[in-house]
Amino acid sequence: MKTELRFSGTGGQGVITAAIILAEAALLDKKNAVQSQAYGPEARGGSSKAECIISDDAIYFSKVTAPNVLLAMSQEAADKYSKDLKDDCIVITDKLFVTKLPDVKNKIYELDITRAAKNELGKALFSNIVALGAVVGLTKVVSEESLEKAVLNRVPKGTEEKNKKALQVGRDLVK
Amino acid sequence: MSRVLLLQGNQAVVEGAIAAGCRFFAGYPITPSTEIAEELAKQLPLVGGKFIQMEDEIASIGAVIGASLTGKKVMTATSGPGFSLKQELFGYACAAEIPLVLVNVQRGGPSTGQPTSPSQGDVMQARWGTHGDHWMIALSPSSVPECFDLTRRAYEFSERYRVPVILLMDEVVGHMREKVVLSDDYENLPQPMRKQPTCKPEDFLPYDGGEDGVPAMPPFGIGFRWHVTGLIHDETGFPNGSPEATVKAMDRMYHKLADHYDDIVRVEEFKMEGAEFAVVAFGGAARTAWDAVTMARAEGLKVGLVRPITIWPFAQKHMEKLATQVKGILVHELNCGQYVGEVERAVKGKVPVFSYGKYDNEPATPAELLAEIKKAMGGVK
Repeated sequence: MKTELRFSGTGGQGVITAAIILAEAALLDKKNAVQSQAYGPEARGGSSKAECIISDDAIYFSKVTAPNVLLAMSQEAADKYSKDLKDDCIVITDKLFVTKLPDVKNKIYELDITRAAKNELGKALFSNIVALGAVVGLTKVVSEESLEKAVLNRVPKGTEEKNKKALQVGRDLVK
Repeated sequence: MSRVLLLQGNQAVVEGAIAAGCRFFAGYPITPSTEIAEELAKQLPLVGGKFIQMEDEIASIGAVIGASLTGKKVMTATSGPGFSLKQELFGYACAAEIPLVLVNVQRGGPSTGQPTSPSQGDVMQARWGTHGDHWMIALSPSSVPECFDLTRRAYEFSERYRVPVILLMDEVVGHMREKVVLSDDYENLPQPMRKQPTCKPEDFLPYDGGEDGVPAMPPFGIGFRWHVTGLIHDETGFPNGSPEATVKAMDRMYHKLADHYDDIVRVEEFKMEGAEFAVVAFGGAARTAWDAVTMARAEGLKVGLVRPITIWPFAQKHMEKLATQVKGILVHELNCGQYVGEVERAVKGKVPVFSYGKYDNEPATPAELLAEIKKAMGGVK
Protein backbone atom coordinates (compact mmCIF):
# COMPACT_ATOMS: atom_id res chain seq x y z
CA MET A 1 0.00 0.00 0.00
CA LYS A 2 1.51 3.29 -1.14
CA THR A 3 0.01 6.73 -0.56
CA GLU A 4 1.31 9.82 -2.33
CA LEU A 5 0.44 13.20 -0.89
CA ARG A 6 1.08 16.64 -2.32
CA PHE A 7 0.72 19.72 -0.09
CA SER A 8 0.83 23.03 -1.91
CA GLY A 9 0.36 26.67 -1.10
CA THR A 10 2.30 29.87 -0.59
CA GLY A 11 5.73 30.08 1.03
CA GLY A 12 5.29 30.71 4.77
CA GLN A 13 2.07 28.69 5.20
CA GLY A 14 3.99 25.75 6.58
CA VAL A 15 3.17 23.13 3.96
CA ILE A 16 6.74 21.79 4.03
CA THR A 17 6.62 21.47 7.82
CA ALA A 18 3.29 19.66 7.53
CA ALA A 19 4.76 17.15 5.07
CA ILE A 20 7.78 16.56 7.34
CA ILE A 21 5.52 15.94 10.34
CA LEU A 22 3.38 13.52 8.35
CA ALA A 23 6.47 11.59 7.22
CA GLU A 24 7.72 11.43 10.82
CA ALA A 25 4.31 10.14 11.93
CA ALA A 26 4.59 7.40 9.28
CA LEU A 27 7.97 6.33 10.70
CA LEU A 28 6.38 6.16 14.16
CA ASP A 29 3.81 3.79 12.58
CA LYS A 30 6.82 1.67 11.39
CA LYS A 31 6.19 2.54 7.76
CA ASN A 32 8.56 3.93 5.17
CA ALA A 33 8.28 7.56 4.18
CA VAL A 34 10.08 9.89 1.82
CA GLN A 35 9.53 13.63 1.91
CA SER A 36 10.70 16.24 -0.57
CA GLN A 37 9.86 19.78 -1.59
CA ALA A 38 10.26 22.32 -4.33
CA TYR A 39 10.60 26.02 -3.81
CA GLY A 40 12.02 29.04 -5.56
CA PRO A 41 14.80 31.30 -4.27
CA GLU A 42 12.32 33.54 -2.33
CA ALA A 43 12.08 33.21 1.48
CA ARG A 44 8.37 34.11 1.61
CA GLY A 45 5.64 34.35 -0.95
CA GLY A 46 6.02 32.46 -4.19
CA SER A 47 4.58 29.01 -4.55
CA SER A 48 5.59 26.18 -2.28
CA LYS A 49 5.12 22.46 -2.82
CA ALA A 50 5.88 19.65 -0.42
CA GLU A 51 5.45 15.97 -1.06
CA CYS A 52 5.27 12.90 1.08
CA ILE A 53 5.15 9.26 0.03
CA ILE A 54 4.16 6.69 2.63
CA SER A 55 4.46 2.96 1.99
CA ASP A 56 4.88 -0.41 3.66
CA ASP A 57 7.54 -1.23 1.05
CA ALA A 58 10.77 0.46 -0.06
CA ILE A 59 10.29 3.81 -1.78
CA TYR A 60 12.72 4.53 -4.62
CA PHE A 61 11.65 7.48 -6.77
CA SER A 62 11.25 10.29 -4.26
CA LYS A 63 8.80 12.54 -6.08
CA VAL A 64 5.04 12.20 -6.28
CA THR A 65 3.92 11.12 -9.76
CA ALA A 66 0.24 10.36 -9.15
CA PRO A 67 -1.06 11.88 -5.89
CA ASN A 68 -3.77 10.22 -3.82
CA VAL A 69 -4.22 13.44 -1.85
CA LEU A 70 -3.85 17.02 -3.05
CA LEU A 71 -3.99 19.79 -0.46
CA ALA A 72 -4.22 23.24 -2.04
CA MET A 73 -3.80 26.22 0.28
CA SER A 74 -3.77 28.84 -2.50
CA GLN A 75 -5.64 29.49 -5.74
CA GLU A 76 -2.41 29.20 -7.72
CA ALA A 77 -1.70 25.79 -6.18
CA ALA A 78 -5.27 24.59 -6.84
CA ASP A 79 -5.01 25.62 -10.48
CA LYS A 80 -1.47 24.35 -11.03
CA TYR A 81 -1.65 20.92 -9.40
CA SER A 82 -5.19 19.83 -10.26
CA LYS A 83 -4.23 18.84 -13.80
CA ASP A 84 -3.97 15.13 -14.67
CA LEU A 85 -5.25 13.89 -11.31
CA LYS A 86 -5.98 10.20 -10.92
CA ASP A 87 -9.70 9.49 -10.46
CA ASP A 88 -9.26 8.38 -6.85
CA CYS A 89 -7.25 11.42 -5.77
CA ILE A 90 -9.04 13.52 -3.19
CA VAL A 91 -8.64 17.29 -3.30
CA ILE A 92 -8.70 19.42 -0.16
CA THR A 93 -8.85 23.19 -0.61
CA ASP A 94 -8.64 26.06 1.85
CA LYS A 95 -11.89 27.99 1.35
CA LEU A 96 -10.29 31.31 2.31
CA PHE A 97 -7.81 31.24 -0.59
CA VAL A 98 -9.33 28.91 -3.16
CA THR A 99 -12.46 30.69 -4.37
CA LYS A 100 -12.57 29.10 -7.80
CA LEU A 101 -12.61 25.32 -7.48
CA PRO A 102 -10.70 23.31 -10.05
CA ASP A 103 -12.87 21.85 -12.79
CA VAL A 104 -12.26 18.18 -12.04
CA LYS A 105 -14.41 15.14 -11.35
CA ASN A 106 -12.45 14.30 -8.21
CA LYS A 107 -13.97 14.48 -4.75
CA ILE A 108 -13.25 17.98 -3.43
CA TYR A 109 -13.34 18.90 0.25
CA GLU A 110 -13.68 22.66 0.62
CA LEU A 111 -12.51 23.31 4.17
CA ASP A 112 -12.22 26.50 6.18
CA ILE A 113 -8.70 25.64 7.33
CA THR A 114 -7.14 29.07 7.80
CA ARG A 115 -10.34 30.71 9.10
CA ALA A 116 -10.72 27.95 11.68
CA ALA A 117 -7.10 28.41 12.73
CA LYS A 118 -7.71 32.14 13.21
CA ASN A 119 -11.08 31.77 14.93
CA GLU A 120 -10.42 28.78 17.16
CA LEU A 121 -6.70 29.21 17.87
CA GLY A 122 -6.19 32.94 17.35
CA LYS A 123 -3.56 32.62 14.62
CA ALA A 124 -3.42 31.62 10.97
CA LEU A 125 -0.01 30.15 11.90
CA PHE A 126 -1.75 26.94 13.02
CA SER A 127 -3.37 26.36 9.63
CA ASN A 128 -0.82 23.71 8.60
CA ILE A 129 -1.51 21.64 11.73
CA VAL A 130 -5.27 22.09 11.23
CA ALA A 131 -4.76 20.85 7.66
CA LEU A 132 -2.86 17.80 8.92
CA GLY A 133 -5.71 16.97 11.30
CA ALA A 134 -8.12 17.12 8.36
CA VAL A 135 -5.90 15.11 5.96
CA VAL A 136 -5.38 12.31 8.47
CA GLY A 137 -9.04 12.46 9.55
CA LEU A 138 -10.05 11.83 5.94
CA THR A 139 -7.37 9.35 4.85
CA LYS A 140 -6.17 7.59 8.05
CA VAL A 141 -2.80 7.44 6.25
CA VAL A 142 -1.14 7.46 9.68
CA SER A 143 -2.57 6.75 13.13
CA GLU A 144 -3.93 9.64 15.21
CA GLU A 145 -1.50 8.74 18.03
CA SER A 146 1.56 8.90 15.79
CA LEU A 147 0.39 12.13 14.20
CA GLU A 148 -0.02 13.81 17.57
CA LYS A 149 3.35 12.52 18.75
CA ALA A 150 5.03 13.73 15.56
CA VAL A 151 3.42 17.18 15.91
CA LEU A 152 4.53 17.49 19.53
CA ASN A 153 8.09 16.42 18.61
CA ARG A 154 8.34 19.32 16.16
CA VAL A 155 6.54 22.30 17.71
CA PRO A 156 8.11 24.86 20.07
CA LYS A 157 7.80 24.25 23.83
CA GLY A 158 4.75 25.90 25.35
CA THR A 159 2.63 25.48 22.21
CA GLU A 160 1.78 21.80 22.75
CA GLU A 161 -1.82 22.30 23.90
CA LYS A 162 -2.58 24.75 21.10
CA ASN A 163 -1.20 22.32 18.53
CA LYS A 164 -3.18 19.41 19.96
CA LYS A 165 -6.25 21.59 19.70
CA ALA A 166 -5.29 22.51 16.12
CA LEU A 167 -5.31 18.81 15.19
CA GLN A 168 -8.76 18.47 16.76
CA VAL A 169 -10.03 21.53 14.88
CA GLY A 170 -8.82 19.87 11.68
CA ARG A 171 -10.48 16.56 12.51
CA ASP A 172 -13.73 18.40 13.29
CA LEU A 173 -13.67 20.05 9.85
CA VAL A 174 -14.06 16.66 8.19
CA LYS A 175 -16.46 15.01 10.62
CA MET B 1 20.97 1.81 21.17
CA SER B 2 19.92 3.35 17.91
CA ARG B 3 17.73 6.21 16.76
CA VAL B 4 15.21 6.13 13.92
CA LEU B 5 15.25 9.56 12.30
CA LEU B 6 13.74 11.33 9.31
CA LEU B 7 16.71 13.26 7.93
CA GLN B 8 17.66 15.15 4.82
CA GLY B 9 20.61 13.78 2.88
CA ASN B 10 22.55 16.91 3.81
CA GLN B 11 21.86 16.28 7.51
CA ALA B 12 22.98 12.66 7.16
CA VAL B 13 26.28 13.93 5.70
CA VAL B 14 26.74 15.94 8.89
CA GLU B 15 26.02 12.88 11.05
CA GLY B 16 28.48 10.85 8.98
CA ALA B 17 31.14 13.54 9.34
CA ILE B 18 30.72 13.75 13.12
CA ALA B 19 30.74 9.94 13.35
CA ALA B 20 33.95 9.74 11.29
CA GLY B 21 35.65 12.20 13.63
CA CYS B 22 35.45 15.38 11.53
CA ARG B 23 36.24 18.24 13.89
CA PHE B 24 36.80 21.18 11.56
CA PHE B 25 34.60 22.77 8.94
CA ALA B 26 35.22 25.96 7.01
CA GLY B 27 32.77 26.98 4.36
CA TYR B 28 30.68 29.57 2.63
CA PRO B 29 27.02 28.47 2.55
CA ILE B 30 25.38 27.97 -0.84
CA THR B 31 22.14 26.30 -1.99
CA PRO B 32 21.58 23.35 -2.15
CA SER B 33 24.38 22.50 0.29
CA THR B 34 23.55 25.06 3.00
CA GLU B 35 22.08 22.61 5.53
CA ILE B 36 25.50 20.97 5.85
CA ALA B 37 27.09 24.23 7.07
CA GLU B 38 24.03 25.10 9.17
CA GLU B 39 23.95 21.77 10.96
CA LEU B 40 27.73 21.50 11.45
CA ALA B 41 27.68 25.00 12.98
CA LYS B 42 25.37 23.57 15.64
CA GLN B 43 27.02 20.19 16.10
CA LEU B 44 30.78 20.77 15.87
CA PRO B 45 31.04 22.95 19.01
CA LEU B 46 29.23 20.22 20.98
CA VAL B 47 32.01 17.71 20.22
CA GLY B 48 34.95 20.06 20.69
CA GLY B 49 35.20 20.91 17.00
CA LYS B 50 35.46 24.23 15.19
CA PHE B 51 33.17 25.78 12.59
CA ILE B 52 34.27 28.83 10.63
CA GLN B 53 32.18 30.69 8.09
CA MET B 54 34.88 32.08 5.82
CA GLU B 55 34.85 35.10 3.54
CA ASP B 56 34.59 32.95 0.42
CA GLU B 57 34.97 29.46 -1.00
CA ILE B 58 38.67 29.78 -1.81
CA ALA B 59 39.53 30.72 1.75
CA SER B 60 37.30 27.88 2.99
CA ILE B 61 39.28 25.14 1.29
CA GLY B 62 42.50 26.91 2.31
CA ALA B 63 41.40 26.77 5.94
CA VAL B 64 40.52 23.07 5.80
CA ILE B 65 43.91 22.28 4.21
CA GLY B 66 45.60 24.07 7.08
CA ALA B 67 43.49 22.31 9.68
CA SER B 68 44.15 18.93 8.07
CA LEU B 69 47.90 19.53 8.42
CA THR B 70 47.39 19.81 12.18
CA GLY B 71 45.92 16.29 12.16
CA LYS B 72 42.21 17.14 12.12
CA LYS B 73 39.65 15.44 9.94
CA VAL B 74 38.10 18.25 7.94
CA MET B 75 35.24 19.13 5.61
CA THR B 76 34.08 21.91 3.36
CA ALA B 77 30.79 21.92 1.42
CA THR B 78 29.59 23.84 -1.59
CA SER B 79 27.71 23.82 -4.89
CA GLY B 80 28.35 24.81 -8.54
CA PRO B 81 30.01 28.25 -8.44
CA GLY B 82 31.76 27.46 -5.14
CA PHE B 83 33.01 24.15 -6.54
CA SER B 84 34.65 26.09 -9.39
CA LEU B 85 36.34 28.43 -6.93
CA LYS B 86 37.73 25.57 -4.85
CA GLN B 87 39.42 23.84 -7.77
CA GLU B 88 42.86 25.45 -7.51
CA LEU B 89 43.37 24.56 -3.88
CA PHE B 90 41.80 21.15 -4.46
CA GLY B 91 44.70 20.57 -6.84
CA TYR B 92 47.08 21.78 -4.14
CA ALA B 93 45.60 19.16 -1.79
CA CYS B 94 46.17 16.52 -4.51
CA ALA B 95 49.79 17.61 -5.02
CA ALA B 96 50.63 17.88 -1.31
CA GLU B 97 48.52 14.77 -0.52
CA ILE B 98 46.36 16.40 2.12
CA PRO B 99 43.30 14.47 3.32
CA LEU B 100 40.05 16.41 3.18
CA VAL B 101 36.40 15.84 2.28
CA LEU B 102 34.82 18.28 -0.16
CA VAL B 103 31.04 17.97 -0.50
CA ASN B 104 29.53 19.27 -3.73
CA VAL B 105 25.73 19.21 -3.73
CA GLN B 106 25.40 19.84 -7.44
CA ARG B 107 23.07 22.42 -8.98
CA GLY B 108 22.36 23.15 -12.62
CA GLY B 109 25.08 25.20 -14.31
CA PRO B 110 27.08 26.82 -15.76
CA SER B 111 27.64 29.85 -13.51
CA THR B 112 24.87 30.62 -11.01
CA GLY B 113 22.70 28.29 -13.09
CA GLN B 114 19.67 26.77 -11.35
CA PRO B 115 20.32 27.14 -7.61
CA THR B 116 17.41 25.07 -6.27
CA SER B 117 17.17 22.40 -8.96
CA PRO B 118 18.72 18.95 -9.19
CA SER B 119 21.62 18.32 -11.54
CA GLN B 120 24.61 16.04 -11.98
CA GLY B 121 26.46 18.46 -14.21
CA ASP B 122 29.75 18.40 -12.29
CA VAL B 123 30.75 14.79 -13.03
CA MET B 124 33.64 15.79 -15.26
CA GLN B 125 34.54 18.87 -13.22
CA ALA B 126 34.95 16.66 -10.17
CA ARG B 127 37.55 14.69 -12.11
CA TRP B 128 39.24 17.38 -14.17
CA GLY B 129 38.25 20.69 -12.56
CA THR B 130 41.73 21.37 -11.29
CA HIS B 131 44.60 21.51 -13.75
CA GLY B 132 47.20 18.92 -14.52
CA ASP B 133 47.29 15.16 -14.18
CA HIS B 134 46.05 14.25 -10.74
CA TRP B 135 44.27 11.45 -8.91
CA MET B 136 41.42 11.75 -6.49
CA ILE B 137 38.27 9.94 -5.34
CA ALA B 138 34.60 10.91 -5.78
CA LEU B 139 31.65 9.07 -4.24
CA SER B 140 27.97 9.56 -5.04
CA PRO B 141 25.18 8.55 -2.61
CA SER B 142 21.67 7.59 -3.75
CA SER B 143 19.83 7.58 -0.43
CA VAL B 144 19.86 9.28 2.95
CA PRO B 145 21.34 6.25 4.77
CA GLU B 146 24.00 6.11 2.06
CA CYS B 147 24.84 9.78 2.67
CA PHE B 148 25.81 8.75 6.20
CA ASP B 149 27.74 5.66 5.08
CA LEU B 150 29.57 7.30 2.18
CA THR B 151 30.60 10.32 4.24
CA ARG B 152 32.27 7.91 6.64
CA ARG B 153 33.81 6.04 3.72
CA ALA B 154 35.05 9.34 2.28
CA TYR B 155 37.04 9.88 5.48
CA GLU B 156 38.32 6.29 5.44
CA PHE B 157 39.63 6.71 1.89
CA SER B 158 40.91 10.22 2.48
CA GLU B 159 42.88 9.25 5.58
CA ARG B 160 44.04 5.84 4.33
CA TYR B 161 45.27 7.06 0.94
CA ARG B 162 46.14 10.66 1.87
CA VAL B 163 43.96 12.04 -0.87
CA PRO B 164 41.20 14.66 -1.11
CA VAL B 165 37.79 13.00 -1.57
CA ILE B 166 34.75 14.60 -3.19
CA LEU B 167 31.30 13.62 -2.01
CA LEU B 168 29.44 14.26 -5.26
CA MET B 169 25.83 14.76 -4.24
CA ASP B 170 22.77 16.13 -6.00
CA GLU B 171 19.72 18.07 -4.85
CA VAL B 172 17.45 15.01 -5.08
CA VAL B 173 19.34 13.19 -2.35
CA GLY B 174 20.64 16.27 -0.49
CA HIS B 175 17.19 17.71 0.17
CA MET B 176 14.95 14.64 0.41
CA ARG B 177 14.03 13.33 3.82
CA GLU B 178 14.13 9.60 4.44
CA LYS B 179 14.37 7.12 7.27
CA VAL B 180 17.82 6.53 8.65
CA VAL B 181 18.80 4.44 11.65
CA LEU B 182 21.80 5.87 13.48
CA SER B 183 23.78 4.70 16.47
CA ASP B 184 23.28 6.67 19.67
CA ASP B 185 26.98 6.59 20.29
CA TYR B 186 29.47 7.21 17.49
CA GLU B 187 32.40 6.45 19.83
CA ASN B 188 31.96 2.75 19.11
CA LEU B 189 32.34 3.18 15.35
CA PRO B 190 35.82 2.59 13.88
CA GLN B 191 37.68 5.85 13.33
CA PRO B 192 39.75 6.30 10.17
CA MET B 193 43.40 6.98 10.99
CA ARG B 194 46.36 8.40 9.08
CA LYS B 195 49.57 6.45 8.79
CA GLN B 196 52.08 7.79 11.35
CA PRO B 197 55.89 7.73 11.08
CA THR B 198 57.77 5.03 12.98
CA CYS B 199 61.14 6.81 12.72
CA LYS B 200 62.71 9.62 14.74
CA PRO B 201 61.81 13.18 13.64
CA GLU B 202 65.34 13.79 12.32
CA ASP B 203 65.12 10.73 10.04
CA PHE B 204 61.66 11.60 8.71
CA LEU B 205 61.21 11.68 4.92
CA PRO B 206 57.74 13.23 4.56
CA TYR B 207 57.01 12.05 1.02
CA ASP B 208 58.51 8.57 1.17
CA GLY B 209 55.58 6.42 0.13
CA GLY B 210 56.87 3.17 1.60
CA GLU B 211 55.37 -0.09 0.37
CA ASP B 212 51.83 1.10 -0.36
CA GLY B 213 52.83 4.47 -1.79
CA VAL B 214 51.11 6.39 0.99
CA PRO B 215 53.48 8.63 2.98
CA ALA B 216 53.08 8.86 6.77
CA MET B 217 51.55 12.15 7.89
CA PRO B 218 52.36 13.35 11.39
CA PRO B 219 50.41 16.39 12.57
CA PHE B 220 52.23 19.69 12.64
CA GLY B 221 53.38 20.65 16.11
CA ILE B 222 54.67 17.34 17.53
CA GLY B 223 58.26 17.64 16.38
CA PHE B 224 58.24 16.37 12.82
CA ARG B 225 59.23 19.22 10.51
CA TRP B 226 58.38 19.11 6.86
CA HIS B 227 57.88 21.28 3.86
CA VAL B 228 54.48 21.45 2.14
CA THR B 229 54.36 22.66 -1.44
CA GLY B 230 52.31 22.50 -4.61
CA LEU B 231 55.53 22.25 -6.62
CA ILE B 232 56.50 18.73 -7.64
CA HIS B 233 58.71 17.47 -4.82
CA ASP B 234 60.79 14.44 -3.94
CA GLU B 235 60.77 12.36 -0.73
CA THR B 236 62.19 15.28 1.25
CA GLY B 237 59.16 17.44 0.48
CA PHE B 238 61.31 20.06 -1.25
CA PRO B 239 60.81 20.97 -4.91
CA ASN B 240 62.72 18.86 -7.39
CA GLY B 241 62.63 19.75 -11.08
CA SER B 242 64.37 16.67 -12.42
CA PRO B 243 62.59 14.36 -14.89
CA GLU B 244 63.29 11.35 -12.65
CA ALA B 245 61.80 12.95 -9.51
CA THR B 246 58.77 14.17 -11.48
CA VAL B 247 57.98 10.74 -12.92
CA LYS B 248 58.57 9.07 -9.55
CA ALA B 249 56.23 11.44 -7.72
CA MET B 250 53.49 11.24 -10.36
CA ASP B 251 53.70 7.45 -10.63
CA ARG B 252 53.52 7.00 -6.87
CA MET B 253 50.41 9.19 -6.61
CA TYR B 254 48.81 7.26 -9.48
CA HIS B 255 49.62 3.83 -8.11
CA LYS B 256 48.57 4.53 -4.52
CA LEU B 257 44.98 4.66 -5.83
CA ALA B 258 45.11 2.58 -9.02
CA ASP B 259 46.63 -0.40 -7.19
CA HIS B 260 43.68 -0.41 -4.77
CA TYR B 261 40.89 -0.43 -7.36
CA ASP B 262 39.01 -3.23 -5.60
CA ASP B 263 38.97 -1.34 -2.31
CA ILE B 264 38.09 2.05 -3.76
CA VAL B 265 35.78 1.37 -6.68
CA ARG B 266 32.39 0.21 -5.43
CA VAL B 267 29.55 -0.60 -7.83
CA GLU B 268 26.17 -2.01 -6.87
CA GLU B 269 24.07 -4.26 -9.09
CA PHE B 270 20.27 -4.42 -8.96
CA LYS B 271 18.26 -7.09 -10.80
CA MET B 272 21.27 -7.92 -13.00
CA GLU B 273 20.64 -11.69 -12.81
CA GLY B 274 20.04 -12.78 -16.39
CA ALA B 275 19.90 -9.17 -17.58
CA GLU B 276 20.36 -8.64 -21.31
CA PHE B 277 20.29 -4.87 -21.04
CA ALA B 278 21.75 -2.62 -18.37
CA VAL B 279 20.90 0.84 -17.12
CA VAL B 280 23.83 2.71 -15.59
CA ALA B 281 22.79 5.46 -13.15
CA PHE B 282 24.16 6.95 -9.94
CA GLY B 283 23.20 9.39 -7.18
CA GLY B 284 19.65 10.75 -7.32
CA ALA B 285 19.15 9.47 -10.88
CA ALA B 286 19.53 5.89 -9.60
CA ARG B 287 16.32 6.32 -7.57
CA THR B 288 14.41 6.72 -10.83
CA ALA B 289 16.30 3.75 -12.27
CA TRP B 290 15.45 1.42 -9.35
CA ASP B 291 11.74 1.94 -10.09
CA ALA B 292 12.12 1.91 -13.89
CA VAL B 293 14.06 -1.38 -13.84
CA THR B 294 11.48 -2.90 -11.49
CA MET B 295 8.71 -1.83 -13.89
CA ALA B 296 10.64 -3.23 -16.87
CA ARG B 297 11.12 -6.59 -15.12
CA ALA B 298 7.39 -6.67 -14.30
CA GLU B 299 6.79 -6.40 -18.05
CA GLY B 300 9.19 -9.28 -18.69
CA LEU B 301 12.07 -7.18 -20.01
CA LYS B 302 15.47 -8.52 -18.94
CA VAL B 303 16.84 -5.24 -17.63
CA GLY B 304 19.12 -4.58 -14.66
CA LEU B 305 20.76 -1.59 -13.02
CA VAL B 306 24.47 -1.02 -12.50
CA ARG B 307 24.96 1.77 -9.97
CA PRO B 308 28.46 3.22 -9.60
CA ILE B 309 28.88 4.38 -6.00
CA THR B 310 32.47 5.40 -6.64
CA ILE B 311 32.33 7.82 -9.57
CA TRP B 312 36.11 8.48 -9.68
CA PRO B 313 38.35 6.56 -10.17
CA PHE B 314 36.16 5.39 -13.04
CA ALA B 315 34.73 1.86 -12.74
CA GLN B 316 36.81 0.73 -15.72
CA LYS B 317 36.97 -2.99 -14.90
CA HIS B 318 33.26 -3.12 -14.03
CA MET B 319 32.24 -1.50 -17.31
CA GLU B 320 34.61 -3.67 -19.37
CA LYS B 321 33.00 -6.74 -17.80
CA LEU B 322 29.49 -5.34 -18.27
CA ALA B 323 30.17 -5.02 -22.01
CA THR B 324 30.63 -8.82 -22.15
CA GLN B 325 27.43 -9.53 -20.19
CA VAL B 326 24.71 -7.47 -21.87
CA LYS B 327 23.60 -6.55 -25.38
CA GLY B 328 23.24 -2.84 -24.70
CA ILE B 329 23.74 -0.16 -22.06
CA LEU B 330 21.72 2.99 -21.33
CA VAL B 331 23.43 5.63 -19.19
CA HIS B 332 20.97 7.91 -17.40
CA GLU B 333 22.31 11.05 -15.74
CA LEU B 334 21.00 14.51 -14.85
CA ASN B 335 23.14 16.41 -17.35
CA CYS B 336 23.62 16.52 -21.11
CA GLY B 337 25.75 13.33 -21.06
CA GLN B 338 29.08 13.22 -19.17
CA TYR B 339 29.58 9.84 -17.50
CA VAL B 340 28.31 8.17 -20.68
CA GLY B 341 31.54 9.19 -22.47
CA GLU B 342 33.58 7.25 -19.93
CA VAL B 343 31.32 4.21 -20.33
CA GLU B 344 31.73 4.36 -24.12
CA ARG B 345 35.50 4.55 -23.68
CA ALA B 346 35.52 1.40 -21.53
CA VAL B 347 33.00 -0.52 -23.66
CA LYS B 348 35.05 0.16 -26.83
CA GLY B 349 32.10 -0.38 -29.15
CA LYS B 350 31.52 -3.99 -28.06
CA VAL B 351 27.84 -3.20 -27.40
CA PRO B 352 25.77 -0.09 -28.16
CA VAL B 353 25.82 2.58 -25.45
CA PHE B 354 22.82 4.92 -25.27
CA SER B 355 22.54 8.20 -23.40
CA TYR B 356 19.50 9.55 -21.59
CA GLY B 357 20.62 12.87 -20.19
CA LYS B 358 18.04 15.06 -18.45
CA TYR B 359 18.68 18.73 -17.75
CA ASP B 360 15.25 20.37 -17.34
CA ASN B 361 15.47 20.92 -13.54
CA GLU B 362 13.45 17.79 -12.76
CA PRO B 363 14.56 14.22 -12.18
CA ALA B 364 13.19 11.79 -14.78
CA THR B 365 10.12 9.90 -13.66
CA PRO B 366 10.34 6.09 -13.69
CA ALA B 367 7.84 6.05 -16.60
CA GLU B 368 10.03 8.43 -18.63
CA LEU B 369 13.11 6.31 -18.05
CA LEU B 370 11.19 3.11 -18.85
CA ALA B 371 10.19 4.61 -22.20
CA GLU B 372 13.88 5.41 -22.91
CA ILE B 373 14.88 1.87 -21.94
CA LYS B 374 12.32 0.42 -24.38
CA LYS B 375 13.45 2.76 -27.13
CA ALA B 376 17.10 1.78 -26.59
CA MET B 377 16.29 -1.95 -26.40
CA GLY B 378 14.41 -1.60 -29.67
CA GLY B 379 17.61 -0.23 -31.19
CA VAL B 380 19.60 -3.24 -29.97
CA LYS B 381 17.47 -5.84 -31.73
